[in-house]
Amino acid sequence: MTTPEIDLAAADALLGDDTARFRHDYLEVRGLRVEFGGFVAVRDVDLTVTQGDLRFLIGPNGAGKTTLIDAVTGLVRAAAGSARFGGAELLGRATHRVARTGVGRTFQTASVFEELTVLQNLDIAAGARRGPATMLRRRRATPEAVEQAMETVGLAALRDVPAGVLAHGQKQWLEIGMLLVQDAHLLLLDEPVAGMTQAEREETGELLRRVGSQRVVVVVEHDMEFLRSYADSVTVMHQGRVLAEGTVAEVQRDPAVVEVYLGAPTGAAEPGTATMTEGRA
Amino acid sequence: MSQSTSTLTARLAVLVRPGRSRALAGFGLAAVLLLAVAPVLLSPFRLGLLGKFLCLAMVAVGIGLAWGRGGLLTLGQGVYFGLGAYLMAMHLKLADAGPGGVPDFMMLYGTGEVPGWWEPLRSPVVALALVVLVPAALAAVLGWAVFTRRVRGAYFAILSQALAAAFAILLIGQQQTTGGTNGLNGFRSFFGYDLADPVNQRMLYLVAAGVLLVMVVVARQLMTSRFGEVLVAVRDQEDRVRFLGYDPAAVKTAVYVVAAVMAAVGGALFVPIVGIISPADVGVVPSIGFLVGVAIGGRATLLGPVLGSIAVSWAQTTMSEQFPSGWIYLQGALFIVVVAFLPGGLASLVTTWRRRRPAREDEPGTPATPDAAAAPDAADLLPEGSRA
Repeated sequence: MTTPEIDLAAADALLGDDTARFRHDYLEVRGLRVEFGGFVAVRDVDLTVTQGDLRFLIGPNGAGKTTLIDAVTGLVRAAAGSARFGGAELLGRATHRVARTGVGRTFQTASVFEELTVLQNLDIAAGARRGPATMLRRRRATPEAVEQAMETVGLAALRDVPAGVLAHGQKQWLEIGMLLVQDAHLLLLDEPVAGMTQAEREETGELLRRVGSQRVVVVVEHDMEFLRSYADSVTVMHQGRVLAEGTVAEVQRDPAVVEVYLGAPTGAAEPGTATMTEGRA
Repeated sequence: MSQSTSTLTARLAVLVRPGRSRALAGFGLAAVLLLAVAPVLLSPFRLGLLGKFLCLAMVAVGIGLAWGRGGLLTLGQGVYFGLGAYLMAMHLKLADAGPGGVPDFMMLYGTGEVPGWWEPLRSPVVALALVVLVPAALAAVLGWAVFTRRVRGAYFAILSQALAAAFAILLIGQQQTTGGTNGLNGFRSFFGYDLADPVNQRMLYLVAAGVLLVMVVVARQLMTSRFGEVLVAVRDQEDRVRFLGYDPAAVKTAVYVVAAVMAAVGGALFVPIVGIISPADVGVVPSIGFLVGVAIGGRATLLGPVLGSIAVSWAQTTMSEQFPSGWIYLQGALFIVVVAFLPGGLASLVTTWRRRRPAREDEPGTPATPDAAAAPDAADLLPEGSRA
């Protein structure tokens, strides 16, 4: 088994150069509130993410990051607020209808179709708009977008391998590939580099940067070093609210963020120094 | 360059995999056995029995699709089998009674008049259409209602089984119009052909064999199509499929309807071949019986459900002749053993055996590069039928 690598040239081919199509895309969340039986998981969240701005969403466990994504994609019901993308209101729609408006997401635990091959996984992701006549026939040739996605995430040589036998990092790449062939204009990634090796993280980061320059991308992440390397902007959440927002440097200086992350109400040195300077500086 | 050539070879090897030709050969062999060999070798009585088994196997093909591929544990296929069977039986009774006539049992138990909802079944064309349309419509409505509410797993199984129980009770309660516990029987002709004539009995068997073969082809097409791939995806990760823009309820409803129609056609052919349909053939126990053969044969495979179903039916008949009360225990034990130790059914033994065989044997002349060998090996990990 050769070591797969992200192929950015293939990514460019897949993403296309028709950036004008996505130039005015943006995600606009206003006053979002999510409750679970009286417990308020997300409250009064405003969030605007534009195309070309690789946004990271961070915060301690239970801050409401994943719940925010769940609400936007229709997995949990929002108690109040709105979430608009491409002029369409997403809240209140069934999950598969949200997906059809161009919203794609990944999950904390890579969820691919383990019994199906890499090719089948990507082909399914590419095919939600296929008519019955196409669905009832077998696949004769690999669609071009699927081919490009396989090249992009370095799984072309493993096309006929069941996704279940892929390495952890490869599964996560496969999921990203599925988002790309799905032609999602808004990509919501939940911890895309968890469990990846350092080399894999860097490749993923480069790919996300490339995708983020063309599409609207929101990444939930715990890895501070990864965030520092690749985030264009950061939204910090805490206890269901947005605590701070800005560039990495701005957020790092924010006293409220320092307090949440270090648990001390002092301006002691650089916030998050301990985690943020680990590894390569 | 050599790298790309070997990948190309690997891809070609996948395209002309022996799976395709092997399936064709297997299908041809099955067709010859069923259509040419069995009618010659078997006595009319045994041939009739085989015909009955083939009708039950039609239900199994549908269950294999819905349960094996779609993950829908349908414990109530007796309902659709029964609908097809009763609709056919009602037509045969009316046809036997002649134009404007009243079926014999209605004279005995009923008012001596044919109820209004029986009347459309006098027409053979309407009867044939209803055999397909009524079960399809019921499955579509029920499936959509259940699957959009995200009822699944054991809850769906219990619901479908309750439906089978209710259906049998309803039939028993309406003795004047459905024949009650006795069911409908004593058919004399089938679309003008005398059912007592051995030639016509053989013709009926051939029709059943032909229909079953067509169903297997349909099942294979569904399994290898893109729909079949999405179906497996829905079975394994329903929520993930939703996030890709598919509505799992639509996918499940579609396969549920296909399974229902297959069961109904099996029921409709069961009636003239066996000569009786009663609540005992459609309730909870026969509904579970349909499942046993599918589980033993291998629910996710193409031929496992058919072969398993025929084998179980045959064993049931043979064993019941020898030890009348012993079969039910053996059937239960077999079911438990398969579910506990061989969840993929007997078909998984074949897959295991194939995988252990040297991969080279199938493709002489294929260069033994790692690439060329890797692709077919990996493809063998998939269940039968999902391979192109």
